[in-house]
Amino acid sequence: MGIEGIGARVARKEDKRFITGSGRYVDDMVVPGMKHAVFVRSPHAHAEILSIDVSAAKKMPGVIDVLTGKQLKADGIGNLICGWMIHSKDGTPMKMGAWSPLAVDKVRYVGDAVVVVVADTKGQARDAAEAVSVEYRELPSVIQAVDALKAGAPQIHAEADNNLIFDWEIGDAKAADEAVKAAAHVTKIRIVNNRLVPNAMEPRAALGHYDRGDDHTTCWTTSQNPHVARLVMSAFYNVAPENKLRVIAPDVGGGFGSKIYIYPEEVVCCWASKKTGVPVKWVADRTESFLSDAHGRDHVSEVEMAFDKDNRIIGLKVDTIANLGAYMSLFSSCVPTYLYATLLSGQYNIPAIHANVRTVYTNTAPVDAYRGAGRPEATYLLERTMEVAARELGVSPAELRRKNFITQFPHQTPVIMNYDAGDYAASLDAAMKAADYAGFPARRDSAGAKGMLRGIGMSCYIEACGIAPSAAVGSLGAGVGLWESAEVRVNAVGTIEVLTGSHSHGQGHETTFAQLVNSRFGLPIDQVSIVHGDTDKVQMGMGTYGSRSGAVGMSAIVKALDKVEAKAKKIAAHLLEADEGDIVIEDGTLKVAGTDKNVPWFQMALAAYTAHNLPSGMEPGLKETAFYDPSNFTFPAGCYICEVEIDPDTGITEIVQFVAADDFGNIINPMIVEGQVHGGIAQGIGQALLEGAVYDDTGQLLTASYMDYTMPRASDLPSFQVSTSNTPCPGNPLGMKGCGEAGAIGSPPAVINAITDALGLRDIAMPASPQTVWKAANSAKH
Amino acid sequence: MSNVSLVLNGRSVSAEVEDRTLLVHFIRENQGLTGTHVGCDTSQCGACVVHVDGKAVKSCSMLAVQASGSEVVTIEGLSDGADLHPVQAAFREHHGLQCGFCTPGMIMAATDMIRRHPEGLDEKTVRAELEGNICRCTGYHNIVKAILAASEAMAKGGKGAAKAA
Amino acid sequence: MYQVNYHRASSVEEAAKLASQGDARLLSGGMTLIPAMKTRLAAPSDVVDIARIEALKGVKVSGNTVTIGAATTHHDVAGNAELKSAVPAVADLASHIGDPHVRHRGTIGGSVANNDPAADYPAALLALGATVVTNRREISADDFFMGLFETALEDGEIVTSIRFEKPEKAAYQKFPNPASRYAMTGVFVAKSKDGVRVAVTGAGDNGVFRASEIEAALTKDFSAAAVEGVSVSADGLMSDIHASAEYRANLVKVMAKRAVAKAG
Repeated sequence: MGIEGIGARVARKEDKRFITGSGRYVDDMVVPGMKHAVFVRSPHAHAEILSIDVSAAKKMPGVIDVLTGKQLKADGIGNLICGWMIHSKDGTPMKMGAWSPLAVDKVRYVGDAVVVVVADTKGQARDAAEAVSVEYRELPSVIQAVDALKAGAPQIHAEADNNLIFDWEIGDAKAADEAVKAAAHVTKIRIVNNRLVPNAMEPRAALGHYDRGDDHTTCWTTSQNPHVARLVMSAFYNVAPENKLRVIAPDVGGGFGSKIYIYPEEVVCCWASKKTGVPVKWVADRTESFLSDAHGRDHVSEVEMAFDKDNRIIGLKVDTIANLGAYMSLFSSCVPTYLYATLLSGQYNIPAIHANVRTVYTNTAPVDAYRGAGRPEATYLLERTMEVAARELGVSPAELRRKNFITQFPHQTPVIMNYDAGDYAASLDAAMKAADYAGFPARRDSAGAKGMLRGIGMSCYIEACGIAPSAAVGSLGAGVGLWESAEVRVNAVGTIEVLTGSHSHGQGHETTFAQLVNSRFGLPIDQVSIVHGDTDKVQMGMGTYGSRSGAVGMSAIVKALDKVEAKAKKIAAHLLEADEGDIVIEDGTLKVAGTDKNVPWFQMALAAYTAHNLPSGMEPGLKETAFYDPSNFTFPAGCYICEVEIDPDTGITEIVQFVAADDFGNIINPMIVEGQVHGGIAQGIGQALLEGAVYDDTGQLLTASYMDYTMPRASDLPSFQVSTSNTPCPGNPLGMKGCGEAGAIGSPPAVINAITDALGLRDIAMPASPQTVWKAANSAKH
Repeated sequence: MSNVSLVLNGRSVSAEVEDRTLLVHFIRENQGLTGTHVGCDTSQCGACVVHVDGKAVKSCSMLAVQASGSEVVTIEGLSDGADLHPVQAAFREHHGLQCGFCTPGMIMAATDMIRRHPEGLDEKTVRAELEGNICRCTGYHNIVKAILAASEAMAKGGKGAAKAA
Repeated sequence: MYQVNYHRASSVEEAAKLASQGDARLLSGGMTLIPAMKTRLAAPSDVVDIARIEALKGVKVSGNTVTIGAATTHHDVAGNAELKSAVPAVADLASHIGDPHVRHRGTIGGSVANNDPAADYPAALLALGATVVTNRREISADDFFMGLFETALEDGEIVTSIRFEKPEKAAYQKFPNPASRYAMTGVFVAKSKDGVRVAVTGAGDNGVFRASEIEAALTKDFSAAAVEGVSVSADGLMSDIHASAEYRANLVKVMAKRAVAKAG
């Protein structure tokens, strides 16, 4: 690796603009004539809309127009869709209820958009929004998924009887049942995965600009995948044909999944701009984000894990109910199915697995992928169950895991996945060593002497990233392929632009992708620009989520670089009168191997464009495109250990150490990878200790601001000890697995295992807030 | 409407704005300096932190007209010319940012924190002092590291460090 | 935020005059009022900015008497050397209000006049038996705090300073709400020649209150152990998603013990 190549700890190129206040986020965009939108939202969890009166609002100062769902429907704007078809086990397709970007007849959750006001200023739009009169007839509502399935529960969509969206299964029910029957020991536990709000620091925003002259719409939006946004807005929502719709996702202030989806607001801003003739910008307030961003998690599962007399797992049965909220968000259906139940083998050799998953509507915000998406739920379920099993069996949690680790690869699980590589014991050993696991009893004793309760817990996670291949996900119901595109443009002076369908919203692609080019051609990363986030610049792409930008996005770049290299070598061979097979590229120079004959990179590039002296029949120019479709998922895995100290008087849990040992395969920039792990762990600790979306019985979100939703702050967290090992992924050219979600996947069970260890309890609810821990500590005291 | 006259990043500016205009909106919309961000409605996230008369404040919790007559420094005015302020440089070197949205507020808070602690900082103090700044990307690990490093660098560099870096 | 008219007062007299018009509110640091106006929960016709009135600023310690100007920021209270030496508990309390940015703007007068049930200062004033000085009169803390966001202040009455006597011992211990970081339970303990006073903020469903059982126990024996024997009732305590009344009752006791230990 050079000082800027693969493996180098390079400071980020993009940082300069962020640390000087020069980043450009959607809210920073100003278009001449731009006006401001404010949405009138439902104050009720479930109600019929009897009438809407906008006449007073329309007369308010500065108001351009006030628009309703009826007008939107009349203009042919389509309903929002879920793009992944799941069939129930009886063969029927999932029951997708209609989701109009502006509600027409009925509202189904607090925050459902009903009317949009466009005015000169945001203040005026808000003044006018208060003057819109909507008459509702309130209906009974249902908030908890388990309740929504009960007979007589309020019916949320006509399409879904008893609110059941689908009843799906995976694995072999008979084999799992038999394993449970034959078991020497069965650990049974109910696992609840709490509902979270993603909370990217940049609130969602959209700016729609319809140009009448060109009959063309530009949409700036806070998106993780602008190309998918364009595709869906064009093909399903009738915003504009693709050739007349440009979607730009500029700097985006974090996503964590919540900015994958196409929400009502961007659709409405584009439509309203066409309708009113002015560019229309909307920026969410934080409370609006809490109410209307897709939430994450919210599963309730019954688990049975069967062991033989040697403590080997012989079977696993899981029955899960997943809350999808009031509408099916874009990828909501695949999260509790293919991103969840396919990971239920974890790092373990489990011969028989069966999972049944029912998804249901409730009168709450839509639920979709949030950092990890299904995999944190699977990991939490497995790793809590393993911990409880170890305690029941009276064996060390580490040794129970070790005994059941998969050690031979490739390994076919009973739930679709074929693990390609891994060394789970290596991560476990590394984590235990870093945490001084052996020294824990002494630390527990000295904490006890101070009246504190100390506990330690671990979690051995696996995840599947770089979801693929397209044909396979297509056969499982995906509405899109999950490949990635890249275009490498070598300029006449030799500098390079890489156009990618991945989207960076904090991941540092501008740096890591340039490091890849540096490794290949020796150009300084300053001479490599990464272009992304604009459908006019990059033709098509699938965006960034599911830790896919390295394993899939960079693989596409590798393919395009291969083509560039081949042509560059041909040109150099021609210029140097050598055989192209003898050309090597070193330090920005094309050389004839074993000689001092060479041509600098920029001269070769110039030759490609002057075209004065190219090999016979060669087209001028040097620009190559590639699409990469992965052959398999990648399987990052690792071991996390958390040690806590609990003050039984107050219930405060202090994380005294947190160790992460991850196997991400090959790594481009260790500094950036560590940063991803830190952030993921913070969100995982957040889920375990602090965060939880709480609705009251009437569907009002009680945690709708930072006054009540506990965001992790610096004083809640320790510094983390992170390390990586490397079993390269055999499935992609760079041997990368992905690192974006691991922290959020692996950490919650480690934290809860530590807390229950400290308290001597079987289970405790997440978030284990001070109150929850205090109650548990005092009930455990006897 | 009121007249707001203040010194913004060393330059005198003056404008007639609605009395209800928040300082952050004056900075972003009236003056076009979009480095200062709005991340919440309840004065908690700190993405909007600027310095008013040398002290870190949340510009979302202050009317622009309250700041009339004051000196205001935003992220755009933190460093002199092309050079980075030592805190900016430390955030870059230690990867104290990812999406960049909370970063301007973090850096403005950090420079203020370092100014108030000429005796130096330790990890516990830095974490406690970050009470008013929320980051969702970094888990704070590298932010804490960057602030400690900047504090040390500035102590070594003496008073001139900010300008020399 | 709704439309509002802003006025900057240069004297208390001018402020009083300006505040008498329309539905005017006094604006000091604005750390509560501005956020409330942003979310449209507060809608004054006018705001009268008193933050720049020099006469309202500063901490004075003369003999055993401490006087803090109403427009003194939490930051300035926390950092005042004389106060740190005379009554460190009050400086310590101020140093833990909100966050550094809030402390640069928020003022003691604003906090006291607003009487948020989760604010810190009311506990100090009540435990210290402080006097709230206004442009019209002097009000004892016992009479000043009258419930949630309610005080004895009349229309147009402006808090100008807070005055209290240096106690023999005092300390404040806060358990912050995990989300908002306001006091979920904060206990200020003060021992003076007149006895022991213990005031609790963040916990009572009618705002700051005195914990008489704990006071009685501490009057006999000023020690953390003495608090141990007191049973704190959950009656009259707030209950919300973060803390039930029972949990708050526990926190009252634990924070009281820790405050006593801290007071030395």
